[in-house]
Amino acid sequence: MKLITHNILQNNMKDGKKGYPLVLQATKIDKVIAEFNQEFLLRMLDRLEYHVLIHALEMIGMKDFLPIILPENCSEDEAFMKNLHHALLEIDIIEGELICPESGRKFPIKDGIPNMLLTDEEEMAVDSEPKSK
Amino acid sequence: MSHRPEHTGPAELYYNSVEARKYTQNGRIIEVQLTMTQRAVEILNLPADCPQLLLDIGCGSGLSGEYITEQGHHWVGLDISQAMLDVAREREVDGDLLLGDMGQGVPFRPGVFDGAISISAVQWLCNADTKQHNPVKRMYTLFSTLYSALRRGAKAVLQVYPENSEQMELLTFQATKVGFTGGLVIDFPHSSKAKKLYLCLFTGGAPVHMPVPLGIDNTLQAAYTQKKQLTSSGHKNLFKSKSWILAKKERRRKQGGRTVRPDTKYTGRRRKGKF
Repeated sequence: MKLITHNILQNNMKDGKKGYPLVLQATKIDKVIAEFNQEFLLRMLDRLEYHVLIHALEMIGMKDFLPIILPENCSEDEAFMKNLHHALLEIDIIEGELICPESGRKFPIKDGIPNMLLTDEEEMAVDSEPKSK
Repeated sequence: MSHRPEHTGPAELYYNSVEARKYTQNGRIIEVQLTMTQRAVEILNLPADCPQLLLDIGCGSGLSGEYITEQGHHWVGLDISQAMLDVAREREVDGDLLLGDMGQGVPFRPGVFDGAISISAVQWLCNADTKQHNPVKRMYTLFSTLYSALRRGAKAVLQVYPENSEQMELLTFQATKVGFTGGLVIDFPHSSKAKKLYLCLFTGGAPVHMPVPLGIDNTLQAAYTQKKQLTSSGHKNLFKSKSWILAKKERRRKQGGRTVRPDTKYTGRRRKGKF
């Protein structure tokens, strides 16, 4: 799982509560190489929760290479864009866990794939939402 | 269709490692999946030369994802079958993969995706695999979370194999309920084999131009619209009038199998009273 996915993942819960951002714990991290695409990064910037990305980097112990606050005119800062590209697309979480901040529910990450499956009981709890309204 | 995998059991059990392997080795499956992906992306009508973030619901082994990558877009795939995702991982697809059940909703925060596609997956929702499963609720959950995860103005194109028209109506109804506009595009409607259904959903209520289905004879379509215009203008064929008789004879001729008298100047004329 790349950090761009972590940035948009959320746990849908009953009563319309949202488990976001998910706590990230990584035991195995891989580095991959992705093609740099400035245009794509710029498009992602307006929907990115930057502080969540910084926090995620902190949780896997790699926060140093990005500034804590999103710099202004960042689109012209080539070094920053390269670093952002690396953070979003080139860090691959292979083994670890995602933890919902609301319910404490753990979602294991195995072989790079987070398991977001709910049990039938949990699914019923999510499903009962429209009924109670 | 005689063989429907949905009837045999849940998708996560059906797509085991053997079945998943087929999806990477069977040339025909690959070809069909690819054609449908190409068509779905075409219907999405994404702006050219602008990399987008797409969601692939039921991404399987990543066949559809590879095409999205080729088009220069980034994607995230969701699938319920671990075996299929393992194959995708093996093939080193570029998109990010998630193990999840679309009937439990797509787990993303609002307004992040520029579009969504799904190839041959959503019909699995029509079947209840356990006692607790309620197909209608699961469809509702999928569509409501999908609606929220898409950016305003984004589209979702879901290629489906519904078993009957009731299932299709149910899917369309649940999608409309959460606020999607759009409808069904049927490619090659006259061929039972090549016929493909795409549920095209739009967020936002702006006037929408539906994509034109493939495989429809243009002259037939023109004739149909012309006829429709005639009837909508209030000119209806009166019972036993000359136009009604001519129309009926024309219908009979098209059906064939029986002799229809030729149209002459006497057609539809009344006899004199002295007869």
